[in-house]
Amino acid sequence: MTLLKMKFNQQRRVRLAQGLWLMSWMAVMCGAFVFCLGVYLKIELLRRAEVMDNAEIHVVPNILIMVGLASIGTNWVATRVCQDSLDATRFPRWKVLLLPWFAVAALLCCLLVAVVVLSYALQGRLEESLKEGLRNGIRFYKDTDVPGRCFQKETIDRLQMDFRCCGNNNFKDWFEVQWVSNRYLDFTSQEVKDRIRSNVDRRYLLDGVPFSCCNPSSPRPCLRYHLTDNHAHFNYDYQGEELNLHPRGCRKALVDYYMGLLNSTGPGVLSVILIQMSVFLSLRYLQTAVEGALDLENPEDESEGYILEKGVKETFEDVKLQILGLLKFGQVDPTEEAPVDEDAEKAASPSPDS
Amino acid sequence: MPFLTVKFNLQNRVKLAQGLWMLYWLSVIVGIAIFSLGLFFKIELRKRSEIMDNSESHLVPNLLILVGALACGINAFGGKTCHDSLDPLKFAKLKPLLRPYMLLCCGFNALLLLLVLLCFIMQFSVYLTLAEGLKNAIRFYKDTDTPGRCFMKRTLDMTQIEFRCCGNNNFRDWFEVQWISNRYLDMSNELVKDRVLSNVEGKYLMDSVPFSCCNPGSPRPCIQHHLTNNTAHYDYDHRIEQLNIWSRGCRGAVFSYYSSIMNSIGALLIVTIVLESADVAGLKYLSTSLETMADPENPECESEGWLLEKGMKETFADMITKLKTLGRANQVEEGADAPEATS
Repeated sequence: MTLLKMKFNQQRRVRLAQGLWLMSWMAVMCGAFVFCLGVYLKIELLRRAEVMDNAEIHVVPNILIMVGLASIGTNWVATRVCQDSLDATRFPRWKVLLLPWFAVAALLCCLLVAVVVLSYALQGRLEESLKEGLRNGIRFYKDTDVPGRCFQKETIDRLQMDFRCCGNNNFKDWFEVQWVSNRYLDFTSQEVKDRIRSNVDRRYLLDGVPFSCCNPSSPRPCLRYHLTDNHAHFNYDYQGEELNLHPRGCRKALVDYYMGLLNSTGPGVLSVILIQMSVFLSLRYLQTAVEGALDLENPEDESEGYILEKGVKETFEDVKLQILGLLKFGQVDPTEEAPVDEDAEKAASPSPDS
Repeated sequence: MPFLTVKFNLQNRVKLAQGLWMLYWLSVIVGIAIFSLGLFFKIELRKRSEIMDNSESHLVPNLLILVGALACGINAFGGKTCHDSLDPLKFAKLKPLLRPYMLLCCGFNALLLLLVLLCFIMQFSVYLTLAEGLKNAIRFYKDTDTPGRCFMKRTLDMTQIEFRCCGNNNFRDWFEVQWISNRYLDMSNELVKDRVLSNVEGKYLMDSVPFSCCNPGSPRPCIQHHLTNNTAHYDYDHRIEQLNIWSRGCRGAVFSYYSSIMNSIGALLIVTIVLESADVAGLKYLSTSLETMADPENPECESEGWLLEKGMKETFADMITKLKTLGRANQVEEGADAPEATS
């Protein structure tokens, strides 16, 4: 009982080959699109790699890049098969290649589905990675003279200005960290000495933030020192002052940005999956129709195209037997002969009853 | 004596037609590129029109958009002509259109040349508009409560951050202007009263700059206030401190950005002029080689193609006489009859 069979005459076969050729080239473009998408995501993640603690999220663009390249190659092979399909002399050489082709195409579709699932599943890990990375960035902000960390200040400043954010959760993260290097502190000053003695770790903590936290949209020139002291500035209320600094934290800003990127690529990847599946099915129809036509006496006659020669269950059983046969190939000979003897015995034993 | 004649057989004609077809479609793509560049330039000017007093001239981008669209149309028609030229029936229909079309192409080339000149000359206008606009922007920085100017602060801050610049010529432009609104000044404070009384116009001037002048690459947290006072900050000398705030002025920075856009557009236009000239020359060769076929029924015959029917001097003299007759067309009939009688 063949699965989803259709009749194809010569004209329909030709049309199927032509349509499939066009669709395969479209699938090549889609493969290139997936590749470019992967490269773009990778570049965006690498740009902010300094504030990420681990690189687990990179698995998404890596898979996209690999799948894009493989898809370009696979669909190009499909175009060649289509071109040769109507020529009886050139088609047979593709016969051997078609089963691996179907396996690779199915694998690519599965990988693309996995990418969509991963991009949602890895959100938590991304957030953790950003939390740790930003925490370190803020701690090492002042170390502009330590090799390996001297650009941390510039990175964090640019990040806060580009993403309009301040601190990890909010601007108060800057109050808990010494972000002014000791090189620029006058240790003879009473104020500095008081602040250092005010905490156990002897850090110079102040209720101020770096300039990159300033919000350009605020109507008032930026106030960034003595933020908790209402009397330090004219007409200033610490609790009510909203717009002078960036309101949101950098972790949330970055997570939103990356999730937005991944979500917007979702529909694109899903349509690529659809196109790949249609190429898969159409190529199967073309293969079976052309092979059927070649077997006929008159190749121009009608032939049948189908997805599976037998039903789903029977094909499954066939495949299982084939795999088991391959596995048993490595075992000792007597075991191979035994089932044959058993069958002969079984054939012999019921005969007295019947 | 025809100018620059070339002999053509059938194969050469076909190759010329095919090559010319591809050249025309390349010109269409270049036309699309000019159109998009014009659009991009217009958008960039609009984005920053606030720091140019909203008085910048949009002549160049508007002309570019027009020229790009025209180029696409003209070259598409040229491509179609090449495609049809080897079919005698279609070519016969197109023949009367070819002469006006080639004149149109020459006129288009002249327009392109004018546009190239404009691209280089209008840079002066952009520079002057920027200088004036930035001066006003710095003056109106504090007016965040005045309708029509409330976004000046944000625009100027974003410009200084994006272009990594401070002030008009340099950061001292901020010292001459009151950039903190009176709403945030405590007028009962002695310090404020001293500063306001220290100048004729009663402005609150200080040696400070806004936060957007800060350079993130500085190893030291940004010093915005009391910039000229060495004792106000630990280990600070304002004469040798380089990295604290941006040292470039915004006029130079924004102008160099626009200048590079206009220069690249000018270069692309020069390439377009060369392409268009090649197109017209090729079309002239193709049309003359098809017209001078000795035996129109036999496509395999040889023919000649040329650029000008007579030599350069004679064609020039002809053009001048034609212009003169055009001028005399409005005169009395006797004058008009005389040239007709002589020719």
